[in-house]
Amino acid sequence: MLQKEEIRKENTGSQFYDFKTELWKYQGEKGALIPLLQSAQEAYGYIPESAIDHISEVVEIPGAEIYGVITFYSQFRLKPMGKNIIKICDGTACHVNASTGILRALVDELQIGNDETTEDGLFTLQKVACLGCCSLSPVMMINDDTFGRLTPKKVKELLKEFRTKENA
Amino acid sequence: MKTIKVGLGTCGVSAGGEKTYEAIKHEIEKENIQVILKETGCNGMCYREPLVEVIDEENHSFLYGDVTPEKATRIMIDHVMKNMPVKEWIVQNSGPTEDDAFFQKQRRIVLRNCGIIDPNSIDEYIAVGGYEAIRTVIKKNTPEQVIDIMTKSGLRGRGGGGFLTGVKWKFCRQAEGTLKYIICNADEGDPGAFMDRSTLESDPHSVLEGMMIGAYAIGAEEGYIYCRAEYPKAVARLKHSIREALAKGFLGKNIFGSNVNFSIKIKEGAGAFVCGEETALIASIEGKRGMPRFRPPFPANKGLWDKPTNINNVETFANIPWIIMNGAEAFAAMGTENSKGTKVFALAGKIARGGLAEVPMGITINEIVYDIGGGIKGGKKFKAVQMGGPSGGCIPASMGDLQIDYQQINKTGAIMGSGGMVVLDETTCMVEMAKFFLSFTQEESCGKCTFCRIGTKRMLEILERITDGNGREGDVELLQHLAYQIRNNTICGLGQTAPNPVLTTLKYFPEEYEAHIRDKKCPAHSCAPLLTFSIQADACKGCTLCAKACPVEAISGEKKKVHEINVATCIKCGKCFETCKFNAVLKN
Repeated sequence: MLQKEEIRKENTGSQFYDFKTELWKYQGEKGALIPLLQSAQEAYGYIPESAIDHISEVVEIPGAEIYGVITFYSQFRLKPMGKNIIKICDGTACHVNASTGILRALVDELQIGNDETTEDGLFTLQKVACLGCCSLSPVMMINDDTFGRLTPKKVKELLKEFRTKENA
Repeated sequence: MKTIKVGLGTCGVSAGGEKTYEAIKHEIEKENIQVILKETGCNGMCYREPLVEVIDEENHSFLYGDVTPEKATRIMIDHVMKNMPVKEWIVQNSGPTEDDAFFQKQRRIVLRNCGIIDPNSIDEYIAVGGYEAIRTVIKKNTPEQVIDIMTKSGLRGRGGGGFLTGVKWKFCRQAEGTLKYIICNADEGDPGAFMDRSTLESDPHSVLEGMMIGAYAIGAEEGYIYCRAEYPKAVARLKHSIREALAKGFLGKNIFGSNVNFSIKIKEGAGAFVCGEETALIASIEGKRGMPRFRPPFPANKGLWDKPTNINNVETFANIPWIIMNGAEAFAAMGTENSKGTKVFALAGKIARGGLAEVPMGITINEIVYDIGGGIKGGKKFKAVQMGGPSGGCIPASMGDLQIDYQQINKTGAIMGSGGMVVLDETTCMVEMAKFFLSFTQEESCGKCTFCRIGTKRMLEILERITDGNGREGDVELLQHLAYQIRNNTICGLGQTAPNPVLTTLKYFPEEYEAHIRDKKCPAHSCAPLLTFSIQADACKGCTLCAKACPVEAISGEKKKVHEINVATCIKCGKCFETCKFNAVLKN
């Protein structure tokens, strides 16, 4: 685990720096816990225990309470994530337009289930409620990019594209 | 010089708008064309994305739909360079097009600038009269007068509650204390609703201006926008817009040269549906678990950090500058007795023309579905609309003449909600639909109230066994019993409305529940465990398409000979049914 964390640090050096600066910048502003956690997650890809300790020291909120906040929100992760996060939408519009078929195609291609990461660490799959892109359903997001009007075939092509880019 | 605008809201981008934009840019550079290239938000015609508008030297607008990079290149060459519009791709123009019907019954107030101005430019917003409302209000009106205008306009909260905005502001104005907060609820969580995302992406300044007017009215100097983390583009645009407004002196100290101060901060949500509820949202901004609390005290008296707080949603705020500029009477002239103005609906699901439609209150469901939405995709039969997301319900097609206003919708058992309207056709199973929503609320329940935490779980289990073909006699009554208990024994909107999808489907589609429970059949042929797939020998041409489509190789047969499905390996995915061109695959 630690090893992975070190690798992340190397890869995301500047973001890691951002997280530290955020902590330094903190000056007792109320309600800063969630933005700090978001910043930690941005830096590491998840929230490692050490970050909880750091934040706890700075904002003077007990670690247990911070843990409670982390587990309440679906955005926060306590485990390392893949390099690319796939969010497959299962909102109402996507659901009635056969998003289950899209999810199945993803599961088939990636050989992982919901909330799991591929062995090569390239992809993490997450089923989410609604991406707000209902008129182009079914929809998924890979990192911050949204892809609409999906078919299982299109999903396979997209994944292939991403894989080729990664291997290049 | 011609102007070219490319729609780059999230819907435009996900339909490939960025590639189209690049293609246009490439063409401009390659041919050294003298044009102004801009990006804009979404005009609501999501079903035609990517959209590209060409405005010629005489200020004539030509809106092109479904513009792929290849089409964009041809538009650049034929229209922009040679002045020959590519007529067959035009979706909106001075002349009639088949897409005109999408706009005919609309009345655009909230979406007045969406898809028209560049959302990244405060100057474009100012050019269409932006920030005039707040300027006027500060110079000419007392806060009480502003509240009075809102009350007279009859504007009701567009986030779902439907509470009178003017009255809400008055409570907060009258609350004791000098430090007050105003919050914009941009935590649009209802699956099937996307009007707030689109408004924030396409016209963020109108929301900021609405907040400023609200802040002036209640006496707040600090505002927060609580935006969903799932909307990165909206967050980025908001941050940019706030910087622009600060630079112009519209935000900060002594705005518009008055003694009024106002600043806005953005808080990104962290993924919890319940945070759309006022008290939960406040807890989340405070950095806590987003759990609702008992009311009273209401946020108007004791809200963020125990100070008087007013919360309105994005659509409500976007209405406000228009009301100030055009008067309360103009707003109240639209709509019905108890619901004034317009409402934005997010049309999605099995509809031919999905997108955002802003219509006057009082329009009928049929008018939205058929006249604006163009009816059902693929010529199937219209079955129901799902309104109000997981807190709402399904209204059957037989009630299509129902006039849309808060009261009428509530009477059906559904709710107006934030305005998601998911259209369902005959292939949608209503029991499955109820199960879908229940699984959503069950997952999103914060766990505070026992009836919501455990009751929804039990209801979901019952629905699961019904759709799996293991339903029992008495299940319907059990569902009803649980539904009433949950509704009456929970403290927030999420729990109180969670049973609505089940109750409305039970009310309007009882025969579907019965068919699942008694006959072990799904009338919509949707619940997989209740289906068997087979191939009709006399209709099969042996084209092998189904065998190729089958993900588990359950279909065998030689080319040009009748194929067969191995029931034991079949996973009932329905691929063969979808691919067969001869309707030879049967599901029963």
